[in-house]
Amino acid sequence: MTAPPRLAAGQVRARAELVPDPELPMVTLADLGVLRAVRADADGVLEIVITPTFLGCPAMRVIEAELLAVLAAAGHPDGRVRQELAPAWSSDWISAEGRRKLAEHGIAPPGPANAPLPVRLGLAVPCPHCGSVATRPQSMFGATRCQTVLLCTACLETFAQMKGM
Amino acid sequence: MTADAQSRDVAGYALRLGDDALVLSQRLCAWVTRAPTIEEDLAIASIALDLLGHARVLLGHTGERDGTGRTEDDLAYLRTERQFRNTLLVELPNGDFGTTVARQLVFSCYTLLLYTALARSAEPVLAAFAGRAAKEVEYHRMHAAQWTVRLGLGTAESHRRMQAGLDRVWPYTGELFEADESAERLDACGTAVAPARLRSAWELEVGAVLAEAGLTVPQPNWQATGGRSGLHTEAFGPLLAELQAVRRQYPDGSW
Repeated sequence: MTAPPRLAAGQVRARAELVPDPELPMVTLADLGVLRAVRADADGVLEIVITPTFLGCPAMRVIEAELLAVLAAAGHPDGRVRQELAPAWSSDWISAEGRRKLAEHGIAPPGPANAPLPVRLGLAVPCPHCGSVATRPQSMFGATRCQTVLLCTACLETFAQMKGM
Repeated sequence: MTADAQSRDVAGYALRLGDDALVLSQRLCAWVTRAPTIEEDLAIASIALDLLGHARVLLGHTGERDGTGRTEDDLAYLRTERQFRNTLLVELPNGDFGTTVARQLVFSCYTLLLYTALARSAEPVLAAFAGRAAKEVEYHRMHAAQWTVRLGLGTAESHRRMQAGLDRVWPYTGELFEADESAERLDACGTAVAPARLRSAWELEVGAVLAEAGLTVPQPNWQATGGRSGLHTEAFGPLLAELQAVRRQYPDGSW
């Protein structure tokens, strides 16, 4: 068996960007802003830098394993994955493409991360099912740590929104 | 201060905060399937998971800074009661929902102030941790404040229980702000936040929520202490036994 050719950092990054998030598989690590950098050190060893959405998020272990597999398949079995906590992940890092995909799958994208919390929770969030803005917060906490739950008073469906933070 | 001495201080500081988060997380998990509504089940489970995430970072950092190389799991599963440094507040049994909300209010107001200040620490890991944790705890604080007001202004029974919950946890709040030599040394070099510094801001914040909720700030004539030096309440042993049971029955088991 021949070892795969060693791809350049840019090509590895293009592959890493496509890895789906284990909890929200409709979006990629690039869409979420979890993938921060792919760089080579002086010896040509590649390092992929990721920032967890939530501290101690159990999905990070799965993400690390998947990125190590990407590195190995790209000819970098010696590559590393490193978690960086600073700067802290912000929902503002979710790309426009990521927001579109979330909404398409029934999860409203987050509002602005920096407004005070009562303002964030008070903003009208369009229902991802029927588009109505006649929605109201139902619970600040949802099915995963990054989601909150709203109720649409037009179509009477509840839906999740990514927390703006 | 020598680099070694400072590392030990940082490790001890991270351990105290990490133990608070771990033990409260374990307590809150017992509410799952027992909370008043399904939304509340999810809320409490989410808060518990956030706290567990905080504990993982803090205990992991403890093992790095104290030079022992212990992992987060080693610290969570292989220490005995006397080696835990959490406050007695977080190990108190849950009580009824009012008592749990009261503890969430006093604890999340304290951690939000603490992490907001700690985000400016000169120690990069503590700063990065606290910057992120503050964003998460903001939701915990609002959750607790909303319930406090709802129960305080609800029915006569909900008001009575909310006040009883506050009365129950209040003697345990003093320990959060206890003077601590190593934290003060770290505070002097911009690395940590001496707990006593947070007290007046905390009293204002909690007092404002209680005023809105029509509740009275308790004035207990005694204060609990001991957790920070490893002297725990009777309720702590069973909590720890449950937390560590699987790891102790199946040492080095994996799945």
